[in-house]
Amino acid sequence: MTFEMILAGFGGQGVMLMGQLLAYAGMTEGKHVSWLPSYGPEMRGGTANCTVVVSDRPVGSPLITRPGIVVAMNLPSMDKFEDSIKPGGLLVYNSSLITRSPKRTDIEVVAVPANEIANELGNDRIANMVALGALLGKKPMVEMQSILTALRHALPPHRHHLLPLNEQALDRGRKLVG
Amino acid sequence: MGERILMKGNEAIGEAAIRAGCRHFFGYPITPQNELPEYMARRLPEIGGAMVQAESEIAAINMVYGAAGAGVRVMTSSSSPGISLKQEGLSYIAGAELPCVVVNMVRGGPGLGGIQPAQGDYWQATRGGGHGDYRLIVLAPATIQEMVDTVQDAFDLADKYRNPVMILGDGMLGQMMEPVEFREQTVSSLAEKEWATTGLRNHPGRRNVINSLYLQPDKLEEHNQHLQRKYAEIAANEVRYEEVDVEDADLVVAAYGTTARIVRSAMEEARREGLRVGLIRPITLWPFPVEPFARAAERAHAFLSVEMSAGQMVEDVRLAVNGKKPVYFYGRTGGMVPTPEGVLAKFREILEGKHNG
Repeated sequence: MTFEMILAGFGGQGVMLMGQLLAYAGMTEGKHVSWLPSYGPEMRGGTANCTVVVSDRPVGSPLITRPGIVVAMNLPSMDKFEDSIKPGGLLVYNSSLITRSPKRTDIEVVAVPANEIANELGNDRIANMVALGALLGKKPMVEMQSILTALRHALPPHRHHLLPLNEQALDRGRKLVG
Repeated sequence: MGERILMKGNEAIGEAAIRAGCRHFFGYPITPQNELPEYMARRLPEIGGAMVQAESEIAAINMVYGAAGAGVRVMTSSSSPGISLKQEGLSYIAGAELPCVVVNMVRGGPGLGGIQPAQGDYWQATRGGGHGDYRLIVLAPATIQEMVDTVQDAFDLADKYRNPVMILGDGMLGQMMEPVEFREQTVSSLAEKEWATTGLRNHPGRRNVINSLYLQPDKLEEHNQHLQRKYAEIAANEVRYEEVDVEDADLVVAAYGTTARIVRSAMEEARREGLRVGLIRPITLWPFPVEPFARAAERAHAFLSVEMSAGQMVEDVRLAVNGKKPVYFYGRTGGMVPTPEGVLAKFREILEGKHNG
């Protein structure tokens, strides 16, 4: 299986980290992975996004223009990437910040009130983990345990007290779809 | 076997350089390669090396000239406009026959251009780039793992031939992350750098001089003839390339670096559609792999060069194919990256054109 996805949002919403966790988790499971960030002026003020491929086979093009999966954390991201999703693909969107419904009818759509759930858990900044949990609930491309390993690697030791909170957020996201 | 770690291309080059024995780095910031000098600035002082952020690219390449003259493994990196500024220094370094490794994470041009990936510096890299008759050895990796492996190769080639080596990447290869493994390196059994200017204390009775100035024309011609013999030796011994599905291909594609990966994705789809497409991926852009193209020209019907440029490597493909078969071109410029779909459409256009014709 090959999962080709674009994760997008405002700078600061943690979409780059979301992508890195998926890539790192895939790598620890022996899969082929690539992570390609947007860089340059679009990051400043507009949308940040990264393209991630997780596959059983070596990754060809790391640049994906027709993703199977899009995670949109804000409206500009959904506006930008909704049309690019392959028919039959998946759109996970942050319904806390995106008030319109997706236009596409030929894809699967999952609305995740990511900020609301994150706030319930007491920290708005883990909305990305809620969305990631929902994505993995729908497409279990890597084990949740591998994501936790990746988180442990990504967070500096003095932030490790946040690991249980991140795990809760992932879990809430996953339960939303499962 | 080492463990696999997830690394950005720019940082992976830095780590690979350190493992290859590089302790000196001189640079000046420019996107999209900044993570490489940043990595060196952090790591080199920890291990007894030095990273200097120079006042300009020109200063940086001349610091490389000095360090290379002293016989140490030295690297600089930049991106297109910055590499243009380094050309005078590169010509001097090539003229003085000094080893060094230069990384160019190419971005869109000309002029200040943009900061997104491009391959428009192919001509500059493969034709010397500065003044005079000289060559750089130019290596073009396509994955972060290959980039890591290439760095060791680059330093070894530089030392072996006393010649500057360029690693030609692009913004995408610099910015993306992939798993890499730093393999156990074999210690290179290269000759002592007896020519290095390390002080008379270290080479008593022998004055070592680093120089590219020859005012007597006959001496300069002699020097040029020596350089040309060296380049011929490199061309005979150091060509590197990869062939994929070329044996039965009707259409043989030439692509390097990131673009070769996009072509691979397009090829998979093409093969599913029954289109016989193969790939020759030059890994050394100079010396260019002439022989596989000449061989493929005996049986393939057509060639296609795919590049993030307006058509540069395509000229080397035409020289190698030597008029035997048509050579087509497909490219994007300015930081726009070819898509597998766009490349596939070009395959169909060429192959169906052939069937109709």
